Amino acid sequence: MAESLLTLSGVHTHIGHYHILQGVDLVVPRGELTMLLGRNGAGKTTALRTILGLWRASAGTIRFESGNIAQRDTPAIANLGIAYVPESMGIFAGLTVRENLVLAARRGPPDEKRLDWIFRFFPPMKKFWQLPAGLLSGGQKQMLSISRAIIEPRKLVLIDEPTKGLAPAIINNLIEAFAELKQTDTTILMVEQNFHAAKSLGDSVAVMDAGRIVHAGRMADLAADAALQTRLLGLSLEAHQ
Amino acid sequence: MKRIDWIPPALLLAIVLGALAMIGSPSTWVTLTVAGLAMGLLIFIMASGLTLVFGLMDVMNFAHGLFIAIGAYVAASTIRLFAGAAGADSFLANLGAIVPAMLAAAAAAGLLGLAFERIIIKPVYGQHLKQILITTGGMIVAEQLIHVFWGPDLLPLPRPATLRGSFLVGDVAIEKFRLIAVVVGLAVFAAMLLLLNRTKIGLLIRAGVENKEMVEAMGYRIRRLFVGVFVAGSALAGLGGALWGMYQESVTVHIGASMMVLIFIVIIIGGLGSIGGCFAGALLVGLVANYVGFLAPKIALGSNILLMVLVLLWRPQGLYPVSKQ
Ligand SMILES: Nc1ncnc2c1ncn2[C@@H]1O[C@H](COP(=O)(O)OP(=O)(O)O)[C@@H](O)[C@H]1O
Ligand SMILES: [Mg+2]
Repeated sequence: MAESLLTLSGVHTHIGHYHILQGVDLVVPRGELTMLLGRNGAGKTTALRTILGLWRASAGTIRFESGNIAQRDTPAIANLGIAYVPESMGIFAGLTVRENLVLAARRGPPDEKRLDWIFRFFPPMKKFWQLPAGLLSGGQKQMLSISRAIIEPRKLVLIDEPTKGLAPAIINNLIEAFAELKQTDTTILMVEQNFHAAKSLGDSVAVMDAGRIVHAGRMADLAADAALQTRLLGLSLEAHQ
Repeated sequence: MKRIDWIPPALLLAIVLGALAMIGSPSTWVTLTVAGLAMGLLIFIMASGLTLVFGLMDVMNFAHGLFIAIGAYVAASTIRLFAGAAGADSFLANLGAIVPAMLAAAAAAGLLGLAFERIIIKPVYGQHLKQILITTGGMIVAEQLIHVFWGPDLLPLPRPATLRGSFLVGDVAIEKFRLIAVVVGLAVFAAMLLLLNRTKIGLLIRAGVENKEMVEAMGYRIRRLFVGVFVAGSALAGLGGALWGMYQESVTVHIGASMMVLIFIVIIIGGLGSIGGCFAGALLVGLVANYVGFLAPKIALGSNILLMVLVLLWRPQGLYPVSKQ
């Protein structure tokens, strides 16, 4: 297995009076796509937000490359080369597709070659370049959110339920795009409820329940073991298959 | 290919034309329309910063009127310094007095805004009740400080000679100073549109008003952006206060507070956080106030509130709602 890019050790997160993450231990290997699974309310989104500093961990360490980022603030963490595709997509509706991407490109204007690469698997981004992003369809908004995250080479991309609520044709389009993204040396940590998508994309997998990681291993092993799937993921995933 | 919602501008146009039909006399109508535009643009200058401050950080600053007052007082003192230029009988010489006065007003209000943000606003981010209490308290303290510096009495702010009176075009009288307010107001609006649409800082401000968490997740520090907007908004309020003081030819410590009701109405009508909405709302308030004041003086006092109620019944989020996540 590849060396770890991101390691959470004993991470606790409180939101107000609620104790949400209760000692998360998670290893995200460099260059791989790690799938984070688990039923609704297990704490997957909270885990991603804690990594990015949008919630502050109340205990534990979050090691990214060689440093502990657990107590740093969000802009500093993002500037280490970590991008985020939130569950809500977080696009700026009043800004055009172009303006959304201009903001996402931190090192200067978006790179032409990189843009062409993105346009190849997300053609609507080119077509609606000057359109306010609020007018895009749900699938196109998701494409924009992902395009923003990869407009520059990143070390780690955090993606929260990218296929949620989208039509099957668009989901397949996204799966192809992620497969292409995996060819670059980008490390991805993805939350996904659609087990078909999760199975086809994941290299490694971690399953959360009640604020803890309850299983970690290779995706291929989990995909081959129906009994384990049922035990870990229960009915919530089967319903999506 | 920006999509612009043309309904509010069409509504404004309809009101302007409807007023012509109701007033009957074209010359009166022109005078009232110019007065309404001037008043609207002055309010826009003073209100634009406040709407962005609220949109970016959800900060309710009830002391915004302070920057208006400081602008007016500093303008009065500056014009005194430039008494020679102000008293001359040449338009250019007079400009040589009021331009420094406006710049000094903006600079003083901007500096005060910087200090105010650090000392008063920063400790109460995210706490609305405390913001209302502490900014209202800060306003009271600052008004007392103004008394210490400038005295409690009404301070005259005489307008330079060539800026008094009116142009007569046919039988239409247009007050000169209102034209200056219109020109400055349009220049501020144009500069703001350029900044917001053509620069990366402008994009960040627009993005931050929609979703500041995402802006931070992209690696930008929203706080720095906010301080910049706060200072710029304070400076504009100071500029507006200078113009308003010159228009009234006198300044009291309440000059800012007395504008705040109108300013709040304008930013609520426009849609909190929206510059385009603030502009349209300010013109709407300015025009309607002047038309109603002429046509039905008895209801003039309540007309702004009535206008706000009608707009909110039609568009509860204001003329140009900002999509928030
Ligand atoms: N802002 C919040 N305030 C209070 N509780 C929250 C908040 N966000 C999430 N939670 C709670 O934390 C738990 C985990 O939520 P989340 O991380 O969104 O789960 P998942 O993404 O796995 O569905 C849930 O019980 C949820 O109700
Ligand atoms: Mg979630």
